[in-house]
Amino acid sequence: MSGPLVLSAGAGGGAGAWERLGEVLSFRAGYNTTVVLVGVLMLGIAGGVVGALALLRKRSLVADALSHATLPGVGLGFIVASSLGAGGKNVSVLLTGAAVTGALGVLCVQAIARWSRLAQDAAIAIVLSVFFGAGVVILSVVQGMSAGNQGGLKAFIYGQTAAMSVGDAALMGAIALLSAGAAVLLLKEFAVVAFDEGFARATGWPVMALDLAGMALIVLVTVAGLQAVGLLLIVAILIVPPAAARFWTDRVGGLVLLSAVLGGASGLLGAGASAVLPGKPTGAVIVLVAGGLFLLSMLLAPRRGLLAAGLRRARLRWRVIEDHALRAMLEHTDTHGGARVPRGALARACGWGGSLASWPLRVLIARGLLRREGGDMALTPAGAARAAAVTRNHRLWERYLIERADIAPSHVDFSADLVEHVLSPSIVAALENALRAEGRLPSPHPLSAVEESGARR
Amino acid sequence: MDRAVGADAADAGRRGTPSRGLDTLPEHSRGSPLSVHAMTVAYRRKPVLWDVDYDAPRSGLVAIVGPNGAGKSTFIKACLGLIPKVSGRVEFWGRPYREQRRRVGYVPQRESVDWDFPVSALDVVCMGRYGKIGWCRPVSRAHREAGLACLERVGIADLAGRQISQLSGGQQQRVFLARALAQQADLYFMDEPFTGVDAATERAIVEVLRALRAQGRTVICVHHDLQSVEEYFEHVILMNMRIVAAGPVGGVFTRENLQRTYGGRLTLLAEASEAFAQAERGGG
Repeated sequence: MSGPLVLSAGAGGGAGAWERLGEVLSFRAGYNTTVVLVGVLMLGIAGGVVGALALLRKRSLVADALSHATLPGVGLGFIVASSLGAGGKNVSVLLTGAAVTGALGVLCVQAIARWSRLAQDAAIAIVLSVFFGAGVVILSVVQGMSAGNQGGLKAFIYGQTAAMSVGDAALMGAIALLSAGAAVLLLKEFAVVAFDEGFARATGWPVMALDLAGMALIVLVTVAGLQAVGLLLIVAILIVPPAAARFWTDRVGGLVLLSAVLGGASGLLGAGASAVLPGKPTGAVIVLVAGGLFLLSMLLAPRRGLLAAGLRRARLRWRVIEDHALRAMLEHTDTHGGARVPRGALARACGWGGSLASWPLRVLIARGLLRREGGDMALTPAGAARAAAVTRNHRLWERYLIERADIAPSHVDFSADLVEHVLSPSIVAALENALRAEGRLPSPHPLSAVEESGARR
Repeated sequence: MDRAVGADAADAGRRGTPSRGLDTLPEHSRGSPLSVHAMTVAYRRKPVLWDVDYDAPRSGLVAIVGPNGAGKSTFIKACLGLIPKVSGRVEFWGRPYREQRRRVGYVPQRESVDWDFPVSALDVVCMGRYGKIGWCRPVSRAHREAGLACLERVGIADLAGRQISQLSGGQQQRVFLARALAQQADLYFMDEPFTGVDAATERAIVEVLRALRAQGRTVICVHHDLQSVEEYFEHVILMNMRIVAAGPVGGVFTRENLQRTYGGRLTLLAEASEAFAQAERGGG
């Protein structure tokens, strides 16, 4: 491990910083910076892959308990190493200690959840806090020892990315390769265990062994990432990229791949940014970048994203407004005769407030469903066809609820109003059959024109 | 084991399956697809199945019926080794389960998995072929074709590429059934395949069950709808923490036996289990 070095940026801000970022990200910013970049890139990839497997198995929080449980191991490793005279900061001893107590923490979570009546979330909280507390106490003991240079131990809590050596980066590369290899070879095995443990067990897959393998990978990534990101933040490398990836894909393979890409990108961009912005802790910036990618995914993903969902809801809401307006038009012309409906009557029938009344009308006109006739409104041919179909659905559903579902007629309009807008053609056909069989199809009068137009829906 | 507890099972045995002691295995059970002998199962130390003896028919459709908490699912899971037995022996064609795994198919309860899992309907069905594919090998084209054929048999081949959360409850149940078909087993366990499905799915499942019977397979189904037992199944197991009666529907599915299975108040066994669990908790 080389001595700590500072990734210092050029003093300039503005365009200079962007230039510098491009330089860093294209690995032209000098040897040490490049080593760090490659290291965190590999760490991000490994975390993304392993974290995706943990997310599928719903074990993300166990990784959190694990990372906190590494702290006492670091302290104990220091004590052991210095008492053996190997020098307190022998990294391999420290990391071995971290791995041991980390694994012990995971075992404690499993044991508590299995043999007590506590649920796993409580078990995780207990293990996480108690092990971390133990670690803090042990570190204070270490600080009181005269064994000398223990200053670097705090780096395990907050991380010290800039201190990464070529060996560290190579280790991360090896772990990334191992994780990716395991994910490629054992993807279907991990998937069946995560999706349906009972079925996996019944068909002979060794659930316990596969879980242990997954957990071993998590331990590896966590311990390898301790020095770079710190034990408080390493869990973000494991959880955030797969959670972001889940928004974009509906396939296990896609999830693992995309999670690796997002993890690697977080590492690269985070380290790059912290190289440009001097004095900013790299681990934290990496996690912030990952968080930013997550936020973008949550908002923008095409099907599962919040914007898409909001758009779908808005569209359905508009559909309800439109259906009501068209049905009100048809019912008004039915009872009052003629083809024209005063705007006020339409607004009242639809429950639109005075000033609000104009925008739905304008949209309906723009969509070619209504037209103005003097001060009144009239259905266009397209609007008339839609109105007939909508009215028919409404009456079918209303009748069905009264006849079959034993819902009081006074309650029907409310539930009918909600459901009729989402009736699929096959449900409508089934409703028709059910009611026709009993000779209870709703009154044919305004619906006779519907038979042709109904076929188009 | 208190033999008085097992007396009812032995009694029932006279009607359906032959009765036997703890140590003897009748000769014919060696050929039976499923032979359960003196099996007792407990959940968290609370016994839920007591001293169960059962021999499945060589082919045909078997319904397991009984009230909630009667141990119907537990029976299936214990047979498959998914939960440990306190005592007893389970054999498939006279051999332990791990040697006969390939010949046994399983349809778990639909609610037992997270349907938001990122897989397609066809991906799930192909899980039924993982055993044949083996370690570390991807699902080959031939196996995907076989999976597709199974989806075809349950009538939803057109939904093969759908993510499973985009399927209706009935379609999800059919996916599970297709996965079991993909196992190409000789004996099937199905845990409430008819629960919460639409009429079309119910018809599709019944059709598949009948096809399996025609091929000489055995299907053991946890079933909750007493109305349709006689229509769909020819064998029945009446279960309430023990086997009250088992055998052909005609002889066993009687009013008197149903009364004994569903009898209003807690059975003696349930009370005993409860007392046992209380003592374990240190409460009662």
